Amino acid sequence: MRSLHVLIERSGKKVKVVWRNDISMKDVIIAAGCNPVEIVPVVNGEIVTDAYKIKEKDKIELLSVVSGG
Amino acid sequence: MACKVCANQPVYVNQNGVSLCKNHFIKFFEKKVYKTITQYKLIEKDDHIVVALSGGKDSASLLFLLAKLQYQLHFSLSALLIDEGIKGYREVTVKDAKKLCKQLKIPLKIISFKKETGKTVDVLSQVMNPCAGCGVLRRYFLNKGARLLRGSKVATGHNLDDEAQAFMMNVLKGNLELSAKLGPKSGLMEQEGFVARIKPFYFMLEKEVLIYAHVRGLPVTFIECPNTKASFRNEVGRLLNEVEQKYPGSKHGIVQSFLSVLPVLKKHFAGQKQSLRSCTKCGEPSVKDVCRACQILKR
Repeated sequence: MRSLHVLIERSGKKVKVVWRNDISMKDVIIAAGCNPVEIVPVVNGEIVTDAYKIKEKDKIELLSVVSGG
Repeated sequence: MACKVCANQPVYVNQNGVSLCKNHFIKFFEKKVYKTITQYKLIEKDDHIVVALSGGKDSASLLFLLAKLQYQLHFSLSALLIDEGIKGYREVTVKDAKKLCKQLKIPLKIISFKKETGKTVDVLSQVMNPCAGCGVLRRYFLNKGARLLRGSKVATGHNLDDEAQAFMMNVLKGNLELSAKLGPKSGLMEQEGFVARIKPFYFMLEKEVLIYAHVRGLPVTFIECPNTKASFRNEVGRLLNEVEQKYPGSKHGIVQSFLSVLPVLKKHFAGQKQSLRSCTKCGEPSVKDVCRACQILKR
């Protein structure tokens, strides 16, 4: 069992995601309670796609597409 | 999965599963915006374009891209920021906007609700829906400010998501007349006192704009307006994104369908256009004796 913390930029909250096997960014986004259409994922400062395979110690931020104003 | 052009690490996948790396995404994005501008004749030679700059990702990306295109298409550029006084939000984006304009050497004019009217959106929100009041007053000051700057057109960062939401909102409210004013160029027809509005990001998804702002390294804080959650637009946007998740390409479909009926809507509602007069309170163009901005401000 492995786990990582995901920073959801929109709310400033950190969500802990726990997984057993390979996990994709899309799985992380859904596990964090977000719609992948509304999220741009950033790993270690670089944008990745939903298909990105998560690695240990990745620093993940989920940027919300919705901004208003 | 790699970039379909060069096999580098992708930053973007479109609704048909095509992946692009950072450099090829930038090329795709800029080419598509250029095509929109030329196909719909949004910008003509010697235009003075006033970019409605909020400091958020959409308008910052727009200003950056138009600054790149201004020598190629032979137009001049300035930026206009409307500060509504939304605490914890606008001061952040104003700072970003100033930084971007300095970087690009584009003149920036700021109009503040507080200075002009003595009220902020935060104050107005105690007596009305903040988005309703904010929208009217922002359009009012954008138009007034653009005229002061001698702008021939106002360019806004409205994207495909905004347009799909606006059309669906009008459908749900049964107000298709409002949709007749949508499209890459806003307004039913040219009217004295009104500066034409253009939307160069009309065919770009909001997600594509965010990726562009990020890969271009623009000084943008990815922050959400605190009033957005309470708005009808936000609810419609969420619904459309749920549909998009299940049926990719749906938002493009809505906008394409809308564009195919837009000429019919424009023709139908052109005959019902109300004549314009000057607001008796402020002198700005209005369809009623007192314009909506003055009604909201009760002056």
